[in-house]
Amino acid sequence: MSDAQSQIADIVGKNDIVLFMKGTPLFPQCGFSSRAIAILDRLGATYETIDVLQDPDIRQGIKAYSDWPTVPQLYVRGEFVGGSDIMMEMFESGELQQLLGVEAG
Amino acid sequence: MPMAASEIERLIRAAIPDARIEITDLAGDGDHYSARVVSSRFAGLGRIKQHQLVYAALGGRVGGELHALQLQTAAPETEKTK
Repeated sequence: MSDAQSQIADIVGKNDIVLFMKGTPLFPQCGFSSRAIAILDRLGATYETIDVLQDPDIRQGIKAYSDWPTVPQLYVRGEFVGGSDIMMEMFESGELQQLLGVEAG
Repeated sequence: MPMAASEIERLIRAAIPDARIEITDLAGDGDHYSARVVSSRFAGLGRIKQHQLVYAALGGRVGGELHALQLQTAAPETEKTK
């Protein structure tokens, strides 16, 4: 595994809920990342974020790691959940609340 | 670089022939699209696999040439009434 791949494995292994995104929760740099943050905040979830714009290796690496071409990407307990479209669908169906162990709000 | 909706539809259909495809140009700039794809190929697959099939059909353009594609996928029998 390359450095970036093992770094990503380490991040998703150590954080129960982690969002790879462009920018930060306060200043998302893309509409999709902003939407992902809005969903997590709406659920009152506690999460970590990784700003892929700060690290080109992670930015490219996460695409290969997940076999997924875009950011944001949500990982929960080491499992890839999806991007913001899937998060939105799962939020609307209540699956995301269940996965994150939070009450539907 | 903008990409025509018809080209997106053509690429998806080439890989997933039975797909029912609805494409919306969200911003009218040929660069921000939303697509809804319904195909029997998605039956029994999780959402991640379903989206990966569409991304594969678009051959690496998503996230590059095609900046923003909101995607919704479903198998015909699980399709929700919209």
